Amino acid sequence: MNRNPFAHKSSGSQWVERLVFGLFRAGTYLILACALAVFATIFWKGGGTVFQKAAPYVNWQFLSQSPETLYVFQHEGIKMELGDREFRAFKKERGLDAIKADTYAHSAGGIWPCIQGTFWLVVGSMTIALFLGVSSAVYLSEYSHGGQLVGLIRLAILNLAGVPSIVFGLFGLGLFVHFMPVLAGVDDPSVPSLPVGFGYWLNFSGWGVCLASGWFTLALMALPVVIAASEESLRAVPKGFREASLALGATQWQAIRTNVLPYALPGMLTSSILGVARVAGETAPVMFTAAYVMRDAGGSSGLFNFIGQGVMALPYHIYVVSSKIPQNQYTERVQYGTALVFLILVSGIATTSILLRTRMRKRYRW
Amino acid sequence: MIAVEKLDFFYGASQALHGIDLRIPENRVTAFIGPSGCGKSTLLRCFNRMNDLIDGTRIGSGRILIQGVDIHDPDVDVISLRRQVGMVFQKSNPFPKSIFENIAYGLEVQGVKNRRRLEEVVEKSLRGAALWEEVKDRLHTSALGLSGGQQQRLCIARAIAVEPRIILMDEPCSALDPIATAKVEELIHELKRSYTIVIVTHNMQQAGRCSDLTAFFYLGRLVEMGRTEKIFTNPVQTQTEDYISGRFG
Repeated sequence: MNRNPFAHKSSGSQWVERLVFGLFRAGTYLILACALAVFATIFWKGGGTVFQKAAPYVNWQFLSQSPETLYVFQHEGIKMELGDREFRAFKKERGLDAIKADTYAHSAGGIWPCIQGTFWLVVGSMTIALFLGVSSAVYLSEYSHGGQLVGLIRLAILNLAGVPSIVFGLFGLGLFVHFMPVLAGVDDPSVPSLPVGFGYWLNFSGWGVCLASGWFTLALMALPVVIAASEESLRAVPKGFREASLALGATQWQAIRTNVLPYALPGMLTSSILGVARVAGETAPVMFTAAYVMRDAGGSSGLFNFIGQGVMALPYHIYVVSSKIPQNQYTERVQYGTALVFLILVSGIATTSILLRTRMRKRYRW
Repeated sequence: MIAVEKLDFFYGASQALHGIDLRIPENRVTAFIGPSGCGKSTLLRCFNRMNDLIDGTRIGSGRILIQGVDIHDPDVDVISLRRQVGMVFQKSNPFPKSIFENIAYGLEVQGVKNRRRLEEVVEKSLRGAALWEEVKDRLHTSALGLSGGQQQRLCIARAIAVEPRIILMDEPCSALDPIATAKVEELIHELKRSYTIVIVTHNMQQAGRCSDLTAFFYLGRLVEMGRTEKIFTNPVQTQTEDYISGRFG
């Protein structure tokens, strides 16, 4: 008798196997569906604002102008939709002083100052976060010898990662906006101050709502990610490189600089960029420390004027526009348009950093 | 050259070396043999204070003198100690840089920038490690393109480039095939004219072939040390004889 010894048998464990497998698969697909739904909605609704059907297919006005108030009114039986400047010109031209119009804030013009502001926020906070994060990662994993203090530091970093963004925002407001010292030629009597000599004082008046406050707040927020990523990259460098360097009479810093950091850097950079790109999307820390509801694109000249100025930012702009009540078709356009631009910007940064990593990895292999 | 006096060494709470006493003469090859975990590598890494890098290690008592100087004396700079006491590791670990940069590294960290001097030293070191003929046409290509045996000889060349007095070798051939091993052993034979060499090995034949003196360790203690022929043919301790004849370990 020639029976197949490996024939299917329907047993309980096979049913369970199928059920469990199905559940896992369904869960995975559900996540995919959610992500797709978000992207599709934003592309569908924002696409109309950012792109257009005729050449050049991109709505440059939206990308390159400042936000303006939109005026909607009836003129000689035709419904007109004009931005602030156009509306005033129109009134002047026609001599219509007493025209009545519905106004919608931020619904005309574009979002150029927000793009610019977010760009500067990302660049500055990334620089600070990278410097602080890489330094402390090098200290923690290369120099420190374990012990309770280091354990405590690691715990603190973990906790930092769990702090809600609104708390970071308020912390930044308290520390950077209201307290940090400013070097000045006069002793400000209204705030505590420290004389530093040569006729200068450090006035603890805070930096105000400005780029610098936003940079440090965002950098602090990104630090846990940057430190964790940097430590991981450092650990991935073989111990043999350090030992060989030291055995050849290098100091520890020489060994780290020449034979550890160069190989760890690609990983550090990309993970950190991803981390910073993520915090750049946070509204709460920015709205208290760096963001203005409205201002023109970077008009200030000089370094101190530059970092001392507040900026508009994409996430805050989305927040401002979408918290207008009641919602209407005009604000919705701007909301989704801004969200789409923001999405493209952040995924652009992410993609660039991943491409960068692949390229740099090819350079160093062991 | 190296004198160890009653050395106790600890990893945290566990004692790895117990009262080691030995002397390593100049311009000889001394082999450390013994089963895994017997402390031979630990002792080797004491000589250039490589154990300093491991958290929780400490010398309990005793001392190590190199050329008459206690290497744990506060006046001793560990950096200049390591320039005098070079090391070749078990796993060949060339830097992922060019062959030239690998050899020149030890000088560059000392601040030598003169290109001609670096070129001279690179050639001399590669010749010293019997590698020059094989790599002279590709000095500026990655060291990782070399074979395993070549990489290990590159590491030896890199170690001798800083002109140490002593070279420590921690199982330098354990990852190499017999032909590459033979080349490294030949090289060790050449090198002992100019350097004092201490080699840790698991390979009994290797100890027999290339060393002048052999020290047998067991469980963190030095069991016996003497001329290699004597240790291999007529050891005093039965433990040594058992290990060498393959009855344990």
